[in-house]
Amino acid sequence: MQIVDKPLTTDTGMQLPPQSLPEKVGEERVVPVQMRTGGGLAAYLRKVWAITSKEVRAELRAKESLSVMIAFSLLAVLIFGLAFDLRVPEATMVAPGVLWVVILFSGVLGLNRSFGAEVDRGTLAALLLAPVDRSAIYFGKFLAQLFFMLINAAIILPFALIIFNVNLMQPWILVGVLLGTVGYVAVGTLFAALAANSRARESLLPILLLPVMAPIFMAGVALTAAVIDGRAFDDFQRWVWVMVVYDLLSITVAFVVFDLIWEEA
Amino acid sequence: MSTVAARPNRTGLGSVLFLLLTIVTILAMATMMWAALVYARPASNLAGDEQTAQRIFYLHMGCNIGALLVYVLSLVGSVGYLITRKLGWDRLTQASVEVGTLCGIGTLITGALWAKPTWNAYWTWDPRVTTATITVLIYIAFLLFRNGIDNRQARARFGSIYALVAFISLPITYYSARWFRSIHPVIFNGANPDSQGGFDIGPSMGQTISIAALAFSLLCITLMIYRWRQLGLEDRLAEIREEIE
Repeated sequence: MQIVDKPLTTDTGMQLPPQSLPEKVGEERVVPVQMRTGGGLAAYLRKVWAITSKEVRAELRAKESLSVMIAFSLLAVLIFGLAFDLRVPEATMVAPGVLWVVILFSGVLGLNRSFGAEVDRGTLAALLLAPVDRSAIYFGKFLAQLFFMLINAAIILPFALIIFNVNLMQPWILVGVLLGTVGYVAVGTLFAALAANSRARESLLPILLLPVMAPIFMAGVALTAAVIDGRAFDDFQRWVWVMVVYDLLSITVAFVVFDLIWEEA
Repeated sequence: MSTVAARPNRTGLGSVLFLLLTIVTILAMATMMWAALVYARPASNLAGDEQTAQRIFYLHMGCNIGALLVYVLSLVGSVGYLITRKLGWDRLTQASVEVGTLCGIGTLITGALWAKPTWNAYWTWDPRVTTATITVLIYIAFLLFRNGIDNRQARARFGSIYALVAFISLPITYYSARWFRSIHPVIFNGANPDSQGGFDIGPSMGQTISIAALAFSLLCITLMIYRWRQLGLEDRLAEIREEIE
């Protein structure tokens, strides 16, 4: 795969406000580096893309996140297949649950590396010193992680077909996986940044993340089950909306609070 | 310094009022137990085990109201801290979450005990049960998370951010859980025709419910203030230790 470093251009008329968040009111806060926040949307997207391509390039060279995610997913699908083999008469009964459990659990592995790798290599401070708005770092990490998780999902789905003999590659399931992953990574990137600063970060992230993911999990399982049962779109469209609302809300909230994480750094 | 917790005044008016509040709380809890076990008349439309088990409802609902009250307080603390950056708000958040988790677990346990004779199973994925469980899990995660952060200000800030984001997910969780169990939507606030274990409320039962709500609210507030004061002392101790070193 080739990463192209050319700037992203946009022809939309949208303009991002020059300073997306008001300066924090602090008594003696010194701003060490002048943030380059000008340049409009095109410049902002270029910064986001720079972070994303850096993440993808680092992953292509180190192979420590995506490869682990994929190996874990395949293993988990196999183990679930084996675990339900004796007592579950029909694999369609458990396939939706298995799909979403595997997506959520394997995602934790990737998200842990998102900021964990920066802390391990000591590059977090350098990343934070980059003269870009903090939200650009967030969206850069978000897009890279989304990319990894979608590749992971693209491998889980056909593998589940082999193990469970259920065709999960149907249009609305794919839409559900996309929307669910967006919401998952939106909250997950924020929490990974929080957890990276605590002592037990690797083990803490799933505990922080999974309860908050309950809506995505329920919506995903219900949507997948409905599609497998061959129900009409009207019967499951509310799950699509639950995911859309969750995605929009979590991206907005993460965008607003991400700036607050590193204040003294 | 703004971070130094005020030295508590043991003999001031505040302390006397707080002592009174403690005594009132103990009396209220005793009254609540008497009302729930003795004063309230048995539910007329239930019989046998179900009728006896119904009395746990007063504890169940009391715990629930108490948990709700302090969880809302914790949200106030989180927002307050993020706006003012005063550690007092953060201590409010921590104290409320601890008491809230206690009451939340109480709600789940009493609920499970009540569900066995009434619904014939300790656990169901009823929307309210699901949402209450997820809420308790979120706040347990909050407490574990905070313990792992050494810097006091960072601990307060991260805790507040997490509490805020997690809280926003709860309404979506509730509606998802509500739709998850059935294909047809439940009319908002409407009576659920399939609900089991409901009972008619007589006057003595209504009074007991009010007593329980009041008693548990008092209990939660009192426990919260105790913990809040203790956390203040902890912060002060840490500051003094730092100054000596």
